[in-house]
Amino acid sequence: MKVTLRFFASLREALGTGGMLDVPEGATVADVRRLLQARDAAHAQALAGGRALRCALNQVLCPDSTVVSDGAELAFFPPVTGG
Amino acid sequence: MGAPRVSIQTADFDLSAEVAGLHRGDGGVGAVVSFVGTVRDVSAGQGVLRMELEHYPGMTEASIEAMIDAAQARFDIRAARVIHRVGLLDAGDRIVLVAVSSAHRGACFQACEFLMDYLKTQAPFWKKEYTPEGASWVDARADDDEALRRWGLDSGNAAP
Repeated sequence: MKVTLRFFASLREALGTGGMLDVPEGATVADVRRLLQARDAAHAQALAGGRALRCALNQVLCPDSTVVSDGAELAFFPPVTGG
Repeated sequence: MGAPRVSIQTADFDLSAEVAGLHRGDGGVGAVVSFVGTVRDVSAGQGVLRMELEHYPGMTEASIEAMIDAAQARFDIRAARVIHRVGLLDAGDRIVLVAVSSAHRGACFQACEFLMDYLKTQAPFWKKEYTPEGASWVDARADDDEALRRWGLDSGNAAP
């Protein structure tokens, strides 16, 4: 199944704004992060397990144990710093 | 529904006009509390020339709308208005407005602080500071997580 990836802030600078990604049925957000880490050195570094990142599924913040659904919009970004 | 509750914009805002907007058509308003955040000219001992604010269009507006719903469920307030600027801002520029109206002052003081604590840790904005040394993304602060915890809410932002 397919998800639309979105990256913001420092992740966007490292990886671009995102794009479509094929993910296996039943994959969690953490699974997708691991899948992306394996892509290349830039992804491995930007999405490294030790880095504090937040994620949103269909524009709602979610824990990385959340199961991704077909056609979903999945965003990864650094901790937020507005206000 | 009348005036919008949430605006994300590059333009500056007029505090007096926004406060007047919270009074307009509601004679039951006895108090308005407003918070205005501005760009400081110094950060971690370094001069800050300007700042760039990025956000997640769509999610930003929806998440702040949800925060206002949460504030209305929690406090006896009449209305709230949030404006957050994005794009390039100079030192001294206004960044954010949170204004809340209620019958008596207690509820709007509390709700204003609640909304700011919530926004700082849960709304998808990112700040990049430009100093004479170069540009860098601002780190999230554990203090802001702590501020949200006062309301019984886990932030999961700076310290997930």
